[in-house]
Parts: sequence; structure tokens; C-alpha cells
Amino acid sequence: MIKLIGLNKSFGKQKVLDNLNLEIESNKTTVIIGRSGGGKSVLLKHIIGLIKPDSGSVLVDGEDIARMNDRELNDIRRKFGMLFQEAALFDSMDVGENVAFPLKEHSKMTKEEIRKTVAERLAAVGLAGVESKMSSELSGGMRKRVGLARAIALLPEIVLFDEPTSGLDPVMAEAINQLIKETQRNFNLTCVVISHDIESIFKIGDRIAMLYEGKIIEAGTPAEIRATTNPVLRQFLTGSIEGPIKII
Amino acid sequence: MVLGGLEKLGRLVLYSLEEAGKIMMLFLSAVAWAVRPPWRFHLIIKQMEFVGVKSIFVVVLTGTFTGMVMTLQLFHGFRLFSAESLVGSTVALAMTRELGPVLSSLMVTARAGSAMAAELGTMRVTEQIDALYVMATNPVKYLIVPRVIASIIMMPILTVVADFVGVVGSYFVGVSILGINAGTFMKNINKLVVLDDIFNGLIKAAVFGLILSLIGCYKGFNTRGGAEGVGRATTEAVVLASITILVSDYFLTALMF
Repeated sequence: MIKLIGLNKSFGKQKVLDNLNLEIESNKTTVIIGRSGGGKSVLLKHIIGLIKPDSGSVLVDGEDIARMNDRELNDIRRKFGMLFQEAALFDSMDVGENVAFPLKEHSKMTKEEIRKTVAERLAAVGLAGVESKMSSELSGGMRKRVGLARAIALLPEIVLFDEPTSGLDPVMAEAINQLIKETQRNFNLTCVVISHDIESIFKIGDRIAMLYEGKIIEAGTPAEIRATTNPVLRQFLTGSIEGPIKII
Repeated sequence: MVLGGLEKLGRLVLYSLEEAGKIMMLFLSAVAWAVRPPWRFHLIIKQMEFVGVKSIFVVVLTGTFTGMVMTLQLFHGFRLFSAESLVGSTVALAMTRELGPVLSSLMVTARAGSAMAAELGTMRVTEQIDALYVMATNPVKYLIVPRVIASIIMMPILTVVADFVGVVGSYFVGVSILGINAGTFMKNINKLVVLDDIFNGLIKAAVFGLILSLIGCYKGFNTRGGAEGVGRATTEAVVLASITILVSDYFLTALMF
């Protein structure tokens, strides 16, 4: 269970998170939606300790990430995997080395065991046999899948997804959605996905939370979110330009 | 008008002090991570190849032609008071004490320091550095420590090469072209250049290796703002490292000789 309690974060004069509270249930997929530039990525980076809040707590299994030093953060991060928006593959390494990276760093596996695990993880994301390709040779969809294979290499408990379907064609976006669902089910993961792709969020989310003006204004199951009467959420879901959301 | 100028000057001083403080903090963090296992020797070797082996050609060219042109210039000056025989030793002293370490460091700054800033900068803007953090691998340890250690080790070696080819270039021009007696040329080098000159030059080179790698990594590591930011970081790294090398060279010389 991940609990965000009273999170505040400002960059200069701009308040990005404003006394934000959210509970993320274990072994389920929680999707956080919100406007572009509305602080979703900042929120995700708080969950894994890449950004520290000005005040508030980020509890992961009861431990407060916001108060941890570098060494403690390093330890707790082994529970996490993360798929970045552009996959963030190491471009000096080939696909196999990218997926093998966390295994080499944090496991005592032999070379042969690492090779086998890399092949398994790549097969799990539908990319068997691409180990020797360089990341620059991959399409956007392939990069994201390799990124996911790397994120689940050490079988973490929690996987964070930063806009997993952005920049992909509808077919590939659907393939990635399926993959997230399958991966969550097969490895019994706690997934946190941030997105503003409305179609995707109802397909993959067990719970959906809306971030607006630095706060979670509503959270619930997909059915509850669909039935919402909150005018901000309604406007966001329908994509209307009329409503309380200001267009700047 | 005057107040505006003073304000700008004050801001510049504050900015410079802040940058110097941040670079110092990065240095301390690199030292702390360098002594903590696991040690990744293969990464250090890889960087030694990049910083050192791949810079040999440019350092040899720089060293040789510096020795050659100095000989040419000194010969004309020294001939006025019949001191041609001291040309070789003067070039050798200048190479070992100053020009070997300084010129090779400036060349390596342009070649490898800029590449460090560009590579780390690209890694920063494409979230590869965040990815390292997320995979519980400290990027200071993984990216910066090997580059700094490799530069500190390789700069003195490159300087020895620069010193040697500089003297060889000087010998070629002095003895073969300008007709200085070969025996006197070598005897005066033996007499006037002592081991301390070479040794102190190598200490300088190691310090310059630290400066160029630390500043290259610092600028790359703190890059903001996409491709433009990477370009800016690279330029700033080369300019700041070059200036710092030249300024610190004065103080090191004052301290050592």
C-alpha cells in the first residue's frame, strides 16, 4: 500500500502539489489522470523519491520515502520498477544489456541465468530475440516494451508508468494497454499509471484518480468515475472546452 | 547606472560562488561514492580508453608542433647573445613544467570534457539519469566516479607523451634544421631539467584531469532544457574548465616552483 499524505510541492512561485492525499491499493492498477503540465509526473516522481516534497509524507509499506537518505532510498527502490515516458533506455547499450542492467546491479545471478531471465522478460513483452538490437534502432512502441521488460526485470512489487501510450498509434497504444494488464495480472503487481488518454484509463484502471490544481479531486472505480457529477472531471472526460477547467 | 552595474557584478559573484560550491559538493559526493563498494573497474578502464588512448593522437600533434615552433622562435632570440645551445633545455623546461600539462589538458577538455558534458546532458534530458536512480544505482557513482578517476590517471600519462614528443620536435628542428650541436643540445637538457620539473608537471596534469572531468560531468549532470540545454552545457563546460585550468595553473606554479 502506498499512501500520500498532505503532499505540498512548489517550484519557485508555482504550487504544483497542494496538500495532496491519495491511497494506492496493493496488487491493483491505479490510474492518475489530469491535465498536461498539471503535476502528474511530479507526483509520480514523489512516489519513487526522485523529488522530495516541501512537506507531507509518502508512505510505502509504512515507510516514509520523503524522510529517507540516499542509502535508504536505494534499498526501497528495489521494490520499484518504472517505465518512463520515452522509455529512457540507455543508448550506449543494446536491448539485452538494458534489460540485464538491474539484474547485473542487484542480483547474484550468473551470466547464463541473466541471459535466460532477459530472454524471458523480453518474451513476456512480446519481443523475443531482439537482445542484440541497439535502442536507437527501435520504434516508439518497441522502446516502451523494452522499457517495461527492464522495469520488471527484478520482479518488483510496484511498477510506475509515465504516460505509457503517449506518442503511439491507436493499435500500438492498445497493445501496450493489454501488456500492462497482462503484466499486472501475471506478476501480481501494484501499478500506478499516469495518463490523459481517456480510452486507455478505463481499460487498464482498477481505480482512477483525478489530479487538478495540485489536489486529488476525485478517486474511485471506473464505474464510479464514469458516473461522476464533478463538473471538472466531467469536462475532462468529455474533452469539452466549456466548463470550469481554464484553457490557458 | 553605476548601481545597475554593481548589481550585475554582485549577481555574477554570487552565481560564481554558488557554482563553485555546487562543484565542490559534487566532488565530495564523488569521493564518498568512490570509496564505497562495489567498484566498477571495467567502467574506469572504458573511460581511460576514451579519455586517454583516444586523445593520444591530438596530444602528440599538439606537443610536437609546440616543441617545434618554440625552438624556431627561441633560436632567433637566443642567437642574438650566442645562447643557441640553451634552446633545447629551455624548451624541455617549458614543456615539462607548463606546456605539456596545460596544452594537453586543454586539448583533452575540448575532446573529452565536452563529450562528458554532452553525454551526461543527453542522459539527463532523456531521463536516463532518473532511470539509474529508479534502478537503485547512484548515477554519481556509476557515471561520474569512473570519468573522474580515469581523467586523473590518464592526464599525467598524456603529459609524459606531450613532454617527450615536444622535446623530440625541438630536437628535430634545433639539430636537424637549425644546426645546433646534438651533444650540447642533449647535455644542457640533462643538466638543467631535473626530475622535480617533470614530477611537478605531472601533479599539475592530475589536478587538471580532476578539473576538466568534474566540470564536464557537473555541467552535463545539471543540464536543463532539451537539445538547447545540452549545447549550452557543453559550451559552458569547455569554457569554465579551460579558464579554471589556466587560473589554477598559476597558483599551482606559484606553490610548486
